Amino acid sequence: MTTTGIPMDYRGGQPRAAAWRVWLQSHASSVALLLITLAFVLPFLWVITNSLEPLSVQQSATAHLVPPHPTLNNFRTVISRDHFYTYLLHSLIVASLCTAVTLLLGSLAGYALARLPIRGRAWVIGFVVLAGFFPVTAMLGPMFRLWGQLHLQNLLGTGFSDLIYTLPLTTVLLASLFSQLPAEIEEAAMVDGCTRLAALWRIVIPLAAPAMVTAGIFSFILAWSDFAFSLTFLQSSGDYTAPLAVQLIGNYQKYAVDYGTIDAATLVTAVPILLLVLVAQRRIVTGLTAGAVK
Amino acid sequence: MSATLVDDVEEVRRRPQARRILRRRPGERLGYAMVSPVVLVLLAITAFPLIYNVWTSLHTEILNQPFLGHGFVGLDNYRSVFSSRPAVGAAPLPVLWHTLAYAVVSVTLEISVGLGIALLLNRPVRGRGVYRTLILLPWAIPSVLAAQIWKTLLDPQTGGVGYVLRGIGLPSSIAATAWTNHVWTAWLSIFIADAWQSIPFVTILLLAGLQSIPADLYEAAKVDGAGAWFRFKDITLPLLRPALLVVLVFRTLQAFLIFDIIYGLTGGGPGNATETVGFLTYNSFIVQTNYGLGGAVAIVTVVVVLLIAALYFRVLGRRAT
Repeated sequence: MTTTGIPMDYRGGQPRAAAWRVWLQSHASSVALLLITLAFVLPFLWVITNSLEPLSVQQSATAHLVPPHPTLNNFRTVISRDHFYTYLLHSLIVASLCTAVTLLLGSLAGYALARLPIRGRAWVIGFVVLAGFFPVTAMLGPMFRLWGQLHLQNLLGTGFSDLIYTLPLTTVLLASLFSQLPAEIEEAAMVDGCTRLAALWRIVIPLAAPAMVTAGIFSFILAWSDFAFSLTFLQSSGDYTAPLAVQLIGNYQKYAVDYGTIDAATLVTAVPILLLVLVAQRRIVTGLTAGAVK
Repeated sequence: MSATLVDDVEEVRRRPQARRILRRRPGERLGYAMVSPVVLVLLAITAFPLIYNVWTSLHTEILNQPFLGHGFVGLDNYRSVFSSRPAVGAAPLPVLWHTLAYAVVSVTLEISVGLGIALLLNRPVRGRGVYRTLILLPWAIPSVLAAQIWKTLLDPQTGGVGYVLRGIGLPSSIAATAWTNHVWTAWLSIFIADAWQSIPFVTILLLAGLQSIPADLYEAAKVDGAGAWFRFKDITLPLLRPALLVVLVFRTLQAFLIFDIIYGLTGGGPGNATETVGFLTYNSFIVQTNYGLGGAVAIVTVVVVLLIAALYFRVLGRRAT
């Protein structure tokens, strides 16, 4: 039989013609999927190619799919001329800080919503979800002036604002995942003299570690992706986050656009997130379907 | 009569006690303490801007023109959100309407394509886990990077799109289109970059919806002689409805609020033809320092978002029943 790769239930007991049709259909799907996936991945490959070509080759208007003389010069330029590592470090600090605060506050609230007898629980959850819908651009003006008054037009103010991306999602996600854990174990611990908070810290969070990791990955990706707040609040180039720096490197090249360095900077900024997705795609898919985010 | 009166007195007497007992439910106070940080932070970063925007939207508040004063202007700022066409460029409609039009058109197309891909991924295809992971990649990166990537690809001289168009034999007049210089092609560029990031999201959510449909339904329908189209129409679509509605609401919200891609790809241009509500809010606040107009656009945005959110809660409510 030539039905390699087709599950048994599609083979067994079918007449020959039908099996052949299933074979064709299944391969048509494969071909279609391959082309679609290529369409989604090709932009990345093009950018990689560009980042490996010197400016002269790009401007010669003879585009290549594979760079004839690959060079890492664009990456060197981005690092030595633009000090891009500073921006990456800023993004890392903001995203990590935001993620840490989100996990701390989100797990407390998520646990309370899942387990403790709070009156108006539905209202609290409703408010949190609604806050997740709040338009970020509506925050820009008022927060810009507030942070100006508080001397927080910096990475700290940006990271605090980023909580609007991460906190609603994390709270709702953790509340629903905590409520799926069996309550008996914590109750037993509390009978043995453990306080609620100790039970949360010692039993629920370790048990819910996968959920915490999922929520953490989402928070990190969302905070890393912020552009609107960085653009608005970060005034001096010494404060930029990586996505903002990528955009502004492009803006400063009004006359000869050097896509090589822009693309190198783009890649350097995207790679941490891409690695996260490749490593944790199963978690991300789970979290996506549970929380419908971004 | 008296019996009911005694009952009433009893009832009233019991009430405070009952309340006190309720109040003493173990862990309730702790519960409020644990929830309050999240609620307070979210209140601070949503309620404050909301109130501030309502206030400034009703006043003249232009920071770099302090001589205009800060007088009360009623709904003038709101009027300019709805009526004024942008002064420069050839915006087809006032900002609010073309943002809504963009949201409706782009979300419809993305959901159609996303559903198609999800249906393909739901078939027993070898290596579909790999396809799913690769398709997910564009979704995860910051959208301003997506804008930069498509800026690179759409460059008329050196871009990959032109390369492909030349490759399939189109004349260079088409292949070298300056995509972001004309109104409709600028919108098309925005849509392509947006769709590249959003279709993965739609696909993954719809795929999860498809996988939750029990397979024996299809088997039973097949036994009854239902063809592929009828199986899709009478089983897949009705059972996928909740997932479709959730995706529809989320994507409409995101598309309506689009900002990063506009800023990165077209900068609202040509002229200000591709300004959206989000871009106009940013521009009013930060570039023009017009907090009156910015506040008005922000409030209109919030109202539209609330309408979409109301739809979301209705959808979820219906799903729960």
